[in-house]
Amino acid sequence: MTAPLLRELNSLLGPSNVLHKIEDLVLYEYDGSVEKARPDLVVFPHTTEDVSRIVELAAKYNVPIVGRGSGTGLSGGALARGGGLMLVFARMNRILELDLENARAVVQPGVVNLDITRAVEHAGLYFAPDPSSQKSCTIGGNVAENAGGPHTLAYGVTVNHVTALELVLPDGEIVRVGSKHGDAPGYDLCGLFVGSEGTLALVTEITVKLTRKAESVKTLLAIFDAVDDASSTVSEITARGITPAACEMVDGWTLCAIEDYIHAGFPRDSAAILLIEVEGLREAVAAQAAAVEDVCRTHHAREVRIAKDDRERDLLWKGRKNAFGALGRLAPSNYVLDGVIPRSKLPQALRQILLIGKKYGFSVGNIFHAGDGNLHPIVLYDPRDAKQFENAITASHEIIRYCVELGGALTGEHGIGMEKNELMSLLFSDADFDLMRRVHDAFNPDSSLNPGKIFPLSKGCGEIRVRKQAGALPAKV
Amino acid sequence: MTTIANLAARLESLIGAHRVVAAEPELLEYAIDGVVPSAIVRPNSAPEVVEVVRFAIAEKLAVIPSGSRSKLGLGMPPARYDIAMDMTGLHEIAHYDAGDLTLSVDAGMPLRQLANVLAEKRQFLPLSVPCYETTTVGGTLASAIDSTLRNQYGTTRDFLIGAEFVDGKGALCKSGGRVVKNVTGYDLHKLLVSSLGTLAVITRLNFRTFTLPHAYGGHLACFSSLDGASAYRLAIENSGLPLANLETLSPEAFALAAGVLRETHPEFSIPLEPANWCVYASYEGNEAVVPRISRDLQTFSAEAAAVSSQLLDATSEGHLRGVLREAFDWLRWASPSVALFRIVLPQIKTTNLAELLLAAQEPSLRSALLVRAAGIIYLTLLAENEDTSALRSLESAAARLFLFAPQNRGHATLLHAPQKLKSRLSIWGPKPPDLTMMQRVKDSFDPQHIFAPGRFVGGI
Repeated sequence: MTAPLLRELNSLLGPSNVLHKIEDLVLYEYDGSVEKARPDLVVFPHTTEDVSRIVELAAKYNVPIVGRGSGTGLSGGALARGGGLMLVFARMNRILELDLENARAVVQPGVVNLDITRAVEHAGLYFAPDPSSQKSCTIGGNVAENAGGPHTLAYGVTVNHVTALELVLPDGEIVRVGSKHGDAPGYDLCGLFVGSEGTLALVTEITVKLTRKAESVKTLLAIFDAVDDASSTVSEITARGITPAACEMVDGWTLCAIEDYIHAGFPRDSAAILLIEVEGLREAVAAQAAAVEDVCRTHHAREVRIAKDDRERDLLWKGRKNAFGALGRLAPSNYVLDGVIPRSKLPQALRQILLIGKKYGFSVGNIFHAGDGNLHPIVLYDPRDAKQFENAITASHEIIRYCVELGGALTGEHGIGMEKNELMSLLFSDADFDLMRRVHDAFNPDSSLNPGKIFPLSKGCGEIRVRKQAGALPAKV
Repeated sequence: MTTIANLAARLESLIGAHRVVAAEPELLEYAIDGVVPSAIVRPNSAPEVVEVVRFAIAEKLAVIPSGSRSKLGLGMPPARYDIAMDMTGLHEIAHYDAGDLTLSVDAGMPLRQLANVLAEKRQFLPLSVPCYETTTVGGTLASAIDSTLRNQYGTTRDFLIGAEFVDGKGALCKSGGRVVKNVTGYDLHKLLVSSLGTLAVITRLNFRTFTLPHAYGGHLACFSSLDGASAYRLAIENSGLPLANLETLSPEAFALAAGVLRETHPEFSIPLEPANWCVYASYEGNEAVVPRISRDLQTFSAEAAAVSSQLLDATSEGHLRGVLREAFDWLRWASPSVALFRIVLPQIKTTNLAELLLAAQEPSLRSALLVRAAGIIYLTLLAENEDTSALRSLESAAARLFLFAPQNRGHATLLHAPQKLKSRLSIWGPKPPDLTMMQRVKDSFDPQHIFAPGRFVGGI
């Protein structure tokens, strides 16, 4: 344990901010995905200057770097593929400025998503992107993955709520892009860096827009006896131009698991439910709720309930947002997919997913952002069974391929990471990759930041390959 | 102009004789701030764009794409300009899934023509931009000219979901897709917004579309002072009323708008009181929402001691909405010499608007202020003649405004100015701190700097 990099990091940050023992490192070898990769060192910066110095040291010793928030990601984006140095932003968790008059907050990357809302809700404001993991995921991770959530249907994903970033480049340089207002002349660099999965720079400060709470909210629970009816309802809500704040679908099998875990009040005997929220002015909400109910009934909803108070509404959302945890009780592991399809093709997509699951012997749960066509099929499997694991991956790839065939995309909010990088060729040509690679190299020329992510390693993107460095790091125990 | 021999003939061999022009009368129509191209090409497919771009790369020629050319004056004069790439030949709708509210359209499609197609399905794109009757989809996106609907629907980057374009290596590339939620790969298409043709030639754009509202409303309130107008705006902003647009017009700006209204719509029935500060609000929704907003606006304007408060009937509202949408166009021709600034401030209050007007003050200049929703200010300085003295006054005021904006954590851009003034300053103001980052992006997309060289921020 006398590697020179470790010594210098200890000296820079103090031993309490550096992990190097295997029993500590194993905690950082996984995230919410099915992937695993162990870092060689984990450090906890407290300031932007810490990050800059750490990056300089990593460059000095030619060691790759990966940034990480809470590790709730679902595509392996925050895993140290090929080892190296992991920067965990958990201790850079201060809200630096609240400008309520202008609806802006300036935060460090380790601030937990929901904590922004908690800090501003007294002023009738909130931070709109609301991933299911919002109680634990960090804003830095949200920025890296361009995270979404149920309410992004009406309010947009993370990039729509970020106006400025402070970044540390791979050579340690600290730069700022964007502006507080978010309307500076020039290229939309925030638009590029948000969602770049930590492959261009490390984000050390974020300016976010705050959204005003709606005057009125109604949450509807529509219960169906056939999945086809529920998915046809979503297609028609979209086609009629009704824009709910959220439109979530959960199938019957998943509902039972949620009820066992949360007791949210979901029916145990239905094929699917839709959880639909409309919000805005009182007058608009009343009309939208009536229109939504009309569409639900047209498509044979067995029952349409409206949450009678905040307690019932919160319970329904608690059930929805803890669904993945509920499914965790049914099998040793699960694989959550993230394909996107045109909303007009929802019914056929769900039928095909069911067939693919059957083909490989899996029950596939569906709990997803139906309103924007963002599917989250969940394959339950036992990772100790190698064949089952292999089949789960094969089934998942087949589902993603089908999404692309329908005119969709590989990921709506979880990112590509190291989970889907080999599928990128389904969508992008050599010319597309060449341009993306040039943009990558303009900021991260040596692939020292988060190597092995986004780009397919099999496509000749040689510079993006994972490098395994030796010498500077402590030997694995 | 290039000295390359037989340029027109060589271009003709690439895309055909009838789509290349090198005759002077037409070349002058494509001039930018007096810089005239050597040839005009009119491709009608993405592969033809690729051919021309590859030729330009090989011959080191500068290419500037354009649509209807309604906003070619935005940006700095080009450092080089050999080929004008007229994109209006690419004008098809490639894909429209009304049930999914998604659209894929060629860059040269006129916005008005597209709106007509979408309206058949009761849908629209919230691009209410100046030069609306002629502008193209690609030009609107590349110029990032403000839509009057951005307060409600956001900017183009919020509903652009993908793009196809020819990069500076002559390759047809794409980014994003045709679904409303997508984080697959880098969002390169967002970089094209406001890039003014400096990164790539945009061939196709994908958008999410929106449903046309069932009802519209409009309200005009006038105040004896800026204080009254500001108090009214503050009450509206604090209420969270979902307005499509909110515009404060100074007495001078309102007098100009009234003049345009009288000229274009002589039947406009609302009395116009140009001596006042006026606030126009437009809003949309269903038949219950519009009356509710109308009631609230009347209450707020009364509380702020409005001199007048009028609900606009549908015809008047449509006329005023249209005239204000075109403000960029008529403001720049409102006097013999005009400097039209777009200023963004994080906070708009009576005090900083007064300071802004003070900073712009010159004895020989009039100023017209138009404060749009979402913190966007159009400040127009009007000189009565085109002589050296007028130019000097405009230049002095510009210098002060370019200092004022960053001191107030904002930005100023000169959207329109006499050519002579543009040759003496940067219309983008001081170099931004992230200029080197932008240069990296430029070098990635366009390694040989063939696209619109010199027109963008920091000389990009």
